[in-house]
Amino acid sequence: MTTIAIPQGMPQYDGVPRFDVEKVRADFPILGREVNGYPMVYLDSGNTSQKPRQVIDAMREHIERHNGNVARSVHQVGTEATEAYEGARAKVAQFISASTPDEIVFTKNATEAINVVAYAFSNAAPGSRFALKPGDEIVISEMEHHSNIVPWQLLCERTGAKLRWFSVTDAGRLDLSSLEELVNERTKIVSYALVSNVLGTINPVSAITARAREVGAFVMLDASQAVPHMPVDVTDLGVDFIAFTGHKMCGPTGIGVLWGRHELLAEMPPVLGGGSMIETVSMERSTFAPPPARFEAGTPPITEAVGLGAAVDYLTALDMRAVQWHEKELTAYALDALATVPGLRLFGPNVPVGRGGTLSFALDGVHPHDVGQILDSVGVEVRVGHHCARPICQRYGVPAMTRASFYLYTTVEEVDALVRGLEQVRKVFD
Amino acid sequence: MQIDQLYQEIILDHYKHPHGRGLREPFGGEAHHVNPTCGDEVTIRVATDDGSFSDISYDGMGCSISQASASVLHELLTGRATGEAFQVVDGFVELMGGRGQVTPDEDLLGDGVAFAGVARYPARVKCALLPWMAFKDAAARAGVGPSSQSSQSSPSVAAQEAPEVKA
Repeated sequence: MTTIAIPQGMPQYDGVPRFDVEKVRADFPILGREVNGYPMVYLDSGNTSQKPRQVIDAMREHIERHNGNVARSVHQVGTEATEAYEGARAKVAQFISASTPDEIVFTKNATEAINVVAYAFSNAAPGSRFALKPGDEIVISEMEHHSNIVPWQLLCERTGAKLRWFSVTDAGRLDLSSLEELVNERTKIVSYALVSNVLGTINPVSAITARAREVGAFVMLDASQAVPHMPVDVTDLGVDFIAFTGHKMCGPTGIGVLWGRHELLAEMPPVLGGGSMIETVSMERSTFAPPPARFEAGTPPITEAVGLGAAVDYLTALDMRAVQWHEKELTAYALDALATVPGLRLFGPNVPVGRGGTLSFALDGVHPHDVGQILDSVGVEVRVGHHCARPICQRYGVPAMTRASFYLYTTVEEVDALVRGLEQVRKVFD
Repeated sequence: MQIDQLYQEIILDHYKHPHGRGLREPFGGEAHHVNPTCGDEVTIRVATDDGSFSDISYDGMGCSISQASASVLHELLTGRATGEAFQVVDGFVELMGGRGQVTPDEDLLGDGVAFAGVARYPARVKCALLPWMAFKDAAARAGVGPSSQSSQSSPSVAAQEAPEVKA
């Protein structure tokens, strides 16, 4: 594989751990398949990642040998299942440097994780620090996924609070020039993507967090596109909540994570009521379990948690710094390669600095749907459409974009296949 | 290459050189349909005169399939008696719902037969149908509906104005 030559005087990159991408690819059974007679080139990992054999095996073994319900059984398999489920929680906690596993709430996905926080605000008793009233403000950004827009819009409708937006610069960065005005004494929560699912931008945290602290606002990060791709340490970030999802980080669908600072989770009211989330139930009223159980009503996704735990083990063994470096090299290569395609307009940062391996673009005169269809005919799988982020598409004046997104198993040869595929697209529509 | 079945020359030709594009006055009914999964949009206006569609004008933006489909619709239905026009609509809808198993009637569908290949791509059927569903709505707003003998309802197509948004 081509590698980037590290310039003299940048010793900080000397010690970056690496991995052999072909060895990694051998762990992913699906990467051996063909699509329309061509070797599959999977460039849609921002949508969902593929799963290594280690994850598939862990889930199969759990079902075959340890299946029982959690947290309520005295029997052997129930105990084993509980240990597996809580063990997965501990692995995830360690992966993001949470201070205790109790700060990890398992949800269905990142969307649900964000909703749990949004509902904590609308369910909060008056006077609680989560309570919202007309005149209060919530700040998000123009580059958010719908999952970090709609829950806040609904919360504003329920409470009379006002939704405000960070704008995005032409270069695809958050515009922080109005930070002081935008995040002010009325602001109750600031919620934005750590890494954009469309532009690939890695957004700054410390300046926004510092301003939020000054005015007493909470900070939440949608880390769905960050946790799979780079080391994420919640202690370093210094925020209040992060949300991410299992299926974008080599794990299965059906499981996501809300991390919250423990004293905040402990104050938050529940969202879903039911089994497992209670302390005691009488016919008059119920009291609720402490977090994380308070937010995990009903039988949770046990096998999926086991799968996520295996995914965390897999990523930890590779080393997230190596994953990050691999994608940085690929991104640098891809930015150069895409720049050679006539009529291609890239959205988002055009340098491999402060951005991840998610590249969205438009091809002159060809609708993304057609781009995606012709790429698929040569085995190249990309995402087309508005990427569940219509405001950012509107920001750039396009109804839709084509997006290639990389992961730890992506190769430069696959980037080349994308570029060749785009030539094919231009031929059809010439 | 298999993809040629989808991107027939006729379709690409209608996309690059659309027939009758642009919204015109007067009109009796107008409808705007969107496909939220890809952002395709089309607006259709119909004008009727003495039992036929005297003009069908349209505008939109989107993929080649949706925009070529609007051009073909304009060409096929403008000037037709309303009853006959709805027979064409039914024929096209049937072709699109046929998963590639329906043999298109060229006498009825004209350039529309080029869309037979689209029916093999379930994700693109919605694109091809977008202008046709907008046309039906626009016609209904102009007070024209399918006559009873051709009112066979369409299969489970995206006729809604705001179908579900995929996240």
